[in-house]
Amino acid sequence: MKTYAINARTTLKRATFIGLGLALLMGPAAQASTAKLLNVSYDPTRELYQEFDAAFAKHWKATTGEDLSVEMSHGGSGKQARSVVDGLPADVVTLALAADIDQIADLTGKLPKDWQSQFPDNSSPYTSTIVLLVRKGNPKGIKDWGDLVKPGVSVITPNPKTSGGARWNFLAAWAYGLKTFGGDEAKTREFITALFKNVPVLDTGARGSTTTFAQRNIGDVLISWENEAYLVQKEFPGAFEIVSPSISILAEPPVAVVDANAKADGVEKEAKAYLEYLYSAEGQKIIAKNFYRPRKPELADPKDIARFQKLELVTIDKEFGGWRKAQKDFFSDGGVFDQIYKNAQ
Amino acid sequence: MQFISTSPRLANVSEPLTVRFLLLGLTLVYLLAMLVLPLGVIFVEAFRKGYETYAASLLTDDSIAAIQLTLLVAAIAVPANVVFGLAASWSIAKYDFKGKSFLITLIDLPFSVSPVVAGLIYVLMFGAQGYLGPYLQAHHIQIIFAVPGIVLATIFVTFPFVARQLIPLMQAQGSDDEEAALSLGASGLRTFFSVTLPNVRWALLYGVLLCNARAMGEFGAVSIVSGHIRGKTNTMPLHVEILYNEYNFVAAFAVASLLAFLALVTLGLKSALEWRYGGELAVSRGH
Repeated sequence: MKTYAINARTTLKRATFIGLGLALLMGPAAQASTAKLLNVSYDPTRELYQEFDAAFAKHWKATTGEDLSVEMSHGGSGKQARSVVDGLPADVVTLALAADIDQIADLTGKLPKDWQSQFPDNSSPYTSTIVLLVRKGNPKGIKDWGDLVKPGVSVITPNPKTSGGARWNFLAAWAYGLKTFGGDEAKTREFITALFKNVPVLDTGARGSTTTFAQRNIGDVLISWENEAYLVQKEFPGAFEIVSPSISILAEPPVAVVDANAKADGVEKEAKAYLEYLYSAEGQKIIAKNFYRPRKPELADPKDIARFQKLELVTIDKEFGGWRKAQKDFFSDGGVFDQIYKNAQ
Repeated sequence: MQFISTSPRLANVSEPLTVRFLLLGLTLVYLLAMLVLPLGVIFVEAFRKGYETYAASLLTDDSIAAIQLTLLVAAIAVPANVVFGLAASWSIAKYDFKGKSFLITLIDLPFSVSPVVAGLIYVLMFGAQGYLGPYLQAHHIQIIFAVPGIVLATIFVTFPFVARQLIPLMQAQGSDDEEAALSLGASGLRTFFSVTLPNVRWALLYGVLLCNARAMGEFGAVSIVSGHIRGKTNTMPLHVEILYNEYNFVAAFAVASLLAFLALVTLGLKSALEWRYGGELAVSRGH
């Protein structure tokens, strides 16, 4: 490969026009026969969709005879939504929370406002929750949310402005605060402010935070998606422990077809079938295997289901009045998070 | 090489020997810690699991697509900036007009603007919510989150490189040679190719080299307009980040090693040019 790079460099000037012509000619020609779907997703779903995309392509070929390849784009959920709003031609979006897909619907009209009723279970084929990940042996003795505000504990969580996971993290901690202080909002606010005083760095996405914590060894505890925490344990065996807090939140990462884009690309049928397949037996199996909680556990491998701990989970609808409201109250400009983060600085 | 070329001066300086050694030592330690070691780490990590894993991780479809895209973008951006750089430096050096210094400042703009801003400019211009968004959408033209956007962002961040090398040199050379050629009956085009271009060729090559290195290595601006679609809009620097975020450290460092290798080649050629044609380049470097 090195020689490839050298050759390419030295002949660059001479071959510029030939190479350019060839690349332009060959690019579209190779793509013509295969249907392509672009799935714009959030950070921790890389491994899930890598496996699921291959399974779906096989299924699609077997049932329709059509070749199909799924292209992926990953990043912080909010950032990804912003890109779709700015014109990233996603045929389907599989984001971390409903508010981000609401944004796309509101700002572009490329999908109906009632998109969440298009697929079963609030259009969320899998759920997850928020847990705490600590270093081996739990040196700081972290057992619950309350331990995160202790002096000298360094907490890693991404930026709620750009990361969907971070917004779930924030609301899970908030739910703990409300429960602990008997619904006293002022005390909850103090608690969360103290928590963010212990956060040394805000990455833009969940995966960025995970590498900050696991690879760069910064921080004592990572507030993380449950699926991401299990994945880290798999990638770094024996180095980390999962701590299930006393209370957390039921995270429902939703999926949707971006109708206008799928129509323009001529893949409406494929896009719908792709998301429906997430609810199939094979889809649910792959979901559980990749540490997400499947909606129909009976379809998944019982071994995979047994790994999940039972937790007290609040829901976004009951506790916070749905994502539209939570987004406005907590994460809009000048919202609760902005006020808190200013004080925590 | 820098040390050799300045050694005659070293003999005349008045500082005691210890101070000189201290300063030299400090510089070397700093360079070693900040530059050489991290560069070495890239190669160590890339070959951690042996040559075969290294080669295999570079030969995946996504990696090859990233390398191809990077070469394609450089193959468009560099020639475009050569043409622009020649035109700009020609008009600045050979003509007198009002607002000349403003034009020079304008050319320097990409050096002082953060690449993030450079990327966002194009999102504001060509994004679906941007000024030209509705028009582009109506005509099914995709600029950002596609190759054209990446090329535009790359051209933006690299366009001073060629012009900056040429302007001071052309200014120093003046237009006497060209006037002589013209008075002897050469056409404008002939004058350009036979007189002007040969006069500046080494500075031009030097500029192309720097421009190319930056074009292939640019991360920030390209990251904003890329959309990060695997195998489609990921350049090499973006691909390194993706692989790293997927815990695929060997592959991440393997692709990074190509970029590091490119940097070393650039550095080598740059030094060779400076050594061989130092006099000609001195004008532009001294600027």
